[in-house]
Amino acid sequence: MNTLSEALPDAIPEARDRAAGRTTGVRPLYWSLRRELWESRSLYIAPLIVAGLVLFGFFVGVAHIPGQINSLQVEPRNRAAVTTIPYAMAAIAIMVTGLVVASFYCLGALHNERRDRSILFWKSMPISDLKAVLVKASVPLVAVPVILFVVIFATQLVMLAVSAMVLLPSGVRFATLWSQWPIFRMSVVLAYGLVTETLWYAPVWGWLLMVSAWARRAPFLWAILPPIGLCIIEMFAFGTGHFSHFLAVRLGGGFDAAFSDAGPRESMVDLAQIDPGRFFGSLEFWGGLVVGAGFLAAAVWLRRTRDPV
Amino acid sequence: MACIEARDLRKSFGATVALDGVDLTVPEGRILGLIGPNGAGKSTALNAILGLTPYKGELKVLGLDPWRRRDELMRDVCFIADVAVLPRWMKVAQSLDYVAGVHPRFDRAKAEAFLAKTSIKLTSRIRELSKGMVAQLHLALVMAIDARLLVLDEPTLGLDLLYRKSFYDTLLNDYFDHSRTIVVTTHQVEEIQHILTDVVFIDRGRIALNCSMEDFEARFAEVMVRPEELAAARALGPIHERTVFGRSILLFDGADRDRLAALGDVHTPSIADVFVALIGGAHAQGVAA
Repeated sequence: MNTLSEALPDAIPEARDRAAGRTTGVRPLYWSLRRELWESRSLYIAPLIVAGLVLFGFFVGVAHIPGQINSLQVEPRNRAAVTTIPYAMAAIAIMVTGLVVASFYCLGALHNERRDRSILFWKSMPISDLKAVLVKASVPLVAVPVILFVVIFATQLVMLAVSAMVLLPSGVRFATLWSQWPIFRMSVVLAYGLVTETLWYAPVWGWLLMVSAWARRAPFLWAILPPIGLCIIEMFAFGTGHFSHFLAVRLGGGFDAAFSDAGPRESMVDLAQIDPGRFFGSLEFWGGLVVGAGFLAAAVWLRRTRDPV
Repeated sequence: MACIEARDLRKSFGATVALDGVDLTVPEGRILGLIGPNGAGKSTALNAILGLTPYKGELKVLGLDPWRRRDELMRDVCFIADVAVLPRWMKVAQSLDYVAGVHPRFDRAKAEAFLAKTSIKLTSRIRELSKGMVAQLHLALVMAIDARLLVLDEPTLGLDLLYRKSFYDTLLNDYFDHSRTIVVTTHQVEEIQHILTDVVFIDRGRIALNCSMEDFEARFAEVMVRPEELAAARALGPIHERTVFGRSILLFDGADRDRLAALGDVHTPSIADVFVALIGGAHAQGVAA
C-alpha cells in the first residue's frame, strides 16, 4: 500500500511528503495566525462589543437627526461636519478599543506560552522562532487593522441604513442624504488612517512583544514602568521633559503625522486631508520602523534562548 | 547515519555544570532509556538534542545542528516534554487543525482513528481533559507524525498506572518500527525496561553507563546467594550487596555465569538495581566525602 513512499529514499523529505500527499494544505504561517486568533478572541470580540454599544446608542439617538438637519439647513458646510461626526466617533471608539486589545495581546503573546509551558509544544513544530515572532507581530500590524476596518465599515453602513430609514419618510431626498454621508470617501480615509496608525505604533508593538518575551512575571509593569521611570529621572535630574515629549508624540502623534491640517479634522471625511507624502517621507516614521524591527529582533532572540518560566 | 551523534557535549548554567563532556552515539532504530538522578543533566541533554538550548561541543541530530536548524529538524523529530504542555485553551479539534496545518508529516486520519479509541471528544477544551487524557491526546498527535526520532522526557509523570501502561504499549505496538528511534527518560525505569534496546546512565553531566540491553544482560548478574556461599561470593567482587528477607543479593558486573550459578539463583537484575549500584553508591560516597 505504501510502496511508493517506501521506495523513495529517506534523504529526500519533500519527495516523501509528496508521496504521502500531505504537502497540500500545509500552510504554517496561515495556521499559526489562525491559532493566535483562536487564543485571543478578544481581538475581534472587543471591537464587536464596542460596535454594538455604538449602534445601540445611535439607534436611541437617531430620532433627533431630522431636527438637526433642519436647524443646519442654512449652512451646508457645517451640516456635513455635524452629520458625519457620529460616524467618525464610531470609528474612533472602535479603533481605540482595537489598539488597546492589540497592546494586551502583544504583552501576553510571548509570555503566556512560557508561563503555561505550552512553548514546548509550539517549539516541537517545524516553525522557527523568527516565523513565530513575525506571525505574532502581524497580529497588531495586519490582523487587527483588517478586523477594525471591517467592523468600522459595517457599523457605519448600519448607521447609514438606519439614518436613511428615519430620514427618507420625512422628505429628505436620497441624493441629498448620500452627499451628506460620504461613506466610501470616509472608508478610504479610514483605511489610510488604520494603516498609518498601526505602522506609527510599530516600535510600541515591538517593545511590548520584547517585554513579553523577556519578563519572568508582570509584563504589563515591565512594559510601562521603565519609560515612566526615565521620564521621572529626566525631570528631576535635568528639569527637562524631552523623553516624555518624545513618548507623547509617539503615542498620540500618529494622526498629526499622517493627516494635513486642511479641513475639519474631527470628521475624517476629506480625501484632501490625507497626506501620505508627509507621513511616509518623515524621519519619525522610518525611525519608528527601525526601532520596532530592533525590538522584534530582540524578541526573536529571547524566544529562542529563554526557558519557560 | 547515526540518529544522534554527540562529541564532548558541554553546558553550564553559571557555576553549575549540567553536561560535562558527553559522548553519545545513538544509531537508528533503537529505543534508548536515558536514566539519571534529578539534576544529572538528562533534561539538558534532551534540550540540546531538540535545539532548545545552546551548548558547547559537537552535536548532530539526523545530520543537523539542532541549535541552528531546529525548525528543519522538527520535521523529523517529535517530542513530548511533559504531560502538561498542550495549550489549555485549545479545543481538541483545533489542536488537530493546527498540527495538520503546520506539520508536513502529520496524518490527521491516523490521529483521529487513535482518538476514536479513547473517550476524548473533539469538541472538548484541553483544560477540561484529565491529565491522562491530555497525555493520550499528545501521543495521538505525535504518533500521527511520520517522524524519525521521538524524544520523551518524563512523558508519563503524574499519570496513573493504567495510563502509563497503555502509553508505552501503544507506543511500542502502533508506532515503533526499525526506521524510528525513541529516546526516553523516566524515573519509573522498571516500567520501560522490557521495551528498551539500549540504556544510558547519566550522572553529574557525564555518561556513567552506555550499553545495549543484550550487553546489559550479559554483563550484569544478580545472585541470591545461599548463606554458606556468602564469603565465596563476596570474594568475586560484587558491585553491590543488599539483603531481602534475610537473603543476601549480590550484583556482579562481568562475572563468570557458571561460577555464579554455583553460589545461588542467578538472574538478570533490573535497570533500577544496577542504577542504584553504580550511581547510588557514588552519591553516597560523595555525601560521605
